[in-house]
Amino acid sequence: MNSIEKKIVLDPLIDDNPITLQILGICSALAVTTSLGPALLMCAAVTAVLILSNAAVSLIRHHVPSSIRIIVMMVIIASLVIIVDQVLKAYAFELSKRLTVFVGLIITNCIVLGRTEAFAMKNGVRLSILDGLGNALGYSLILIIVAVCRELIGSGTLLGYEILPLVTAGGWYTPNGLMLLAPSAFFIIGLLIWGIRTWKTAQVEKPEYQIHEVHRTGIV
Amino acid sequence: MNVLSGILALPNDSKKKTLVVALVLSLVCSMLVSVSAVMLRPLQTVNATVDRQRNILAAADLLDEDTDVTDAFSRIEAHVVHLESGEFSDDIDAASFDQRRAARDPAMSRALARKQDIAGISRLADYATVYLVKDGDAVEQIILPIHGYGLWSTLYGFIALEPDLNTVVGLKYYEHSETAGLGAEVDNPAWLSQWKGRRIFDASGELVLRSVKGVSLATGDAAFYEVDGLAGATLTSDGVTNMLHFWLGEQGFGPFLVKIRKRVGSS
Amino acid sequence: MGEYAGLLIQSIFVENLALSFFLGMCTFLAVSKQVETSLGLGVAVIVVQGITVPLNNLIFQYLLKPGALTWAGLPELDLSFLGFIAYIGVIAAFVQILEMALDRYAPALYHALGVFLPLITVNCAILGGTLFMVNRNYDFGESVVYGLGTGVGWALAIVLLAGIREKLKYSDVPDGLQGLGITFITVGLMSLGFMAFSGMKL
Repeated sequence: MNSIEKKIVLDPLIDDNPITLQILGICSALAVTTSLGPALLMCAAVTAVLILSNAAVSLIRHHVPSSIRIIVMMVIIASLVIIVDQVLKAYAFELSKRLTVFVGLIITNCIVLGRTEAFAMKNGVRLSILDGLGNALGYSLILIIVAVCRELIGSGTLLGYEILPLVTAGGWYTPNGLMLLAPSAFFIIGLLIWGIRTWKTAQVEKPEYQIHEVHRTGIV
Repeated sequence: MNVLSGILALPNDSKKKTLVVALVLSLVCSMLVSVSAVMLRPLQTVNATVDRQRNILAAADLLDEDTDVTDAFSRIEAHVVHLESGEFSDDIDAASFDQRRAARDPAMSRALARKQDIAGISRLADYATVYLVKDGDAVEQIILPIHGYGLWSTLYGFIALEPDLNTVVGLKYYEHSETAGLGAEVDNPAWLSQWKGRRIFDASGELVLRSVKGVSLATGDAAFYEVDGLAGATLTSDGVTNMLHFWLGEQGFGPFLVKIRKRVGSS
Repeated sequence: MGEYAGLLIQSIFVENLALSFFLGMCTFLAVSKQVETSLGLGVAVIVVQGITVPLNNLIFQYLLKPGALTWAGLPELDLSFLGFIAYIGVIAAFVQILEMALDRYAPALYHALGVFLPLITVNCAILGGTLFMVNRNYDFGESVVYGLGTGVGWALAIVLLAGIREKLKYSDVPDGLQGLGITFITVGLMSLGFMAFSGMKL
């Protein structure tokens, strides 16, 4: 793999992460991360759809009429998602039940449409596949971090295996229920963004309004 | 091949090419999708069936780590029961009857008035599928499907009873969307194990079994009629009690339990 | 009538698509910088949601679900696997038609909405609303109420967030949290607040 290809795969991990910088693919990052199992399954599904749709769109990119460009991409993505959903129902039934409607929502996952539009329509098949892989890895990284936090602190388990023995099962750990509720995912990602941007200061956004110091010359 | 390269050579925005691309794409995608759906369907149906059977076995306390589900389920007979009369309805095929679908079909169900609808289910199907665990000809357990509203969602589960139709063998919910850590503790094996050995009716025949608020302080005989509540999940616990009272009472399986008590006898 | 009112309250407050199920987050976070644009987008979402959910309901009931094609003499057919592609097709088509209609009959509104109108097609909240409706097997009346309710709920959430962000501009936020970071934490707190509605039943 030459250096351009390496950059395409590794950039989306931290420097250009789809969730923490590009603001894409957030919906599923929040909803399926109450435990690690479904989160990993979601990562696998998104990776498959991203790589295959990037490849497919890149293959036909020279022959897509601009008037139907978006719908062509959506049809390809939707078909891939249906196939992935069918495979999940056949081979990972228990876990797929917990994902409910979120597998279908991969169709509207901004990362998939975003990458096919921004990259696969303009680049060759090999590079598009690598771009899909890179963004999928970036997405998966955030999902795994959030899921590990939420499952470990919220239920004391990881992948269903007991790590911190719960009080209700005779142990010492009182689980933090907030971690299993909706808002905790927002807080964790917010704090993650803070951490990443403190490390990589290039990602910091400029404030819209600069607060100035006020000098009081006297009491009114 | 010449036709193909001819079309590919057309400018992208020409009407002909747009139509051809759209058509070919639709055909290819629909074929791929349909082929995968049809090929995988048998596997999916098996999964759904095994899943349902596993839940029934879990309620009957017949499920272990290494139980072969299909094998264990061979001892279980499914029958469709007409709720109002309490009679078996052998002309309806138990294997294909879907109680949930029937509840939405006006021909096979009825709407419940608010006062009657203590379990929050809105519509009641006229029939239900019950499962009998047989050992040869003798009935070991009777498993009844129950469902009712909790806090966020409808909980679907099974309750398994001993042949005296009063003692509970087990309770198991297989579908719900209650709050993780709170209402979802209906899945906690420690809470579920409390139900084993509890009794539905008291000495005078009143339906008394319930989940109380907090820890149950009942002693002696009264302890058989109570189960601890779920901490921080009062509405879900109340939902459990309400659905038990509905389904084990007159509007649910009440008539059926009376009829079958005569047939099975107590042991 | 009471059940419809209950369903309406449920879909606007208790099961708010943005704050309880996190649907439509990308546009939600990207567009909520000003109250005016958020209001415009919110209204567009209400219209799209209120029409596509019932439309998809009809498609599901009469074409796709197991046994749906009995009226055509094909009771054995189960086309529910085509669901995803049918619903997104309907949504994309309807948004396109809405765009053309607005351009023709209400050009001022069309220009105000600008690029956000086509973006509604890929808003997970729109497809999510349809998928939940299918999942719960609502009938036509319920799907109209659910569509409008979820649209109003999403619009409410984005306008509220825009109001907060407009004020937040003047706060001294740490560098690393500026912009996206503090927005996430704000939405988390809003989501916590909306949980107060849980358990409400009319």
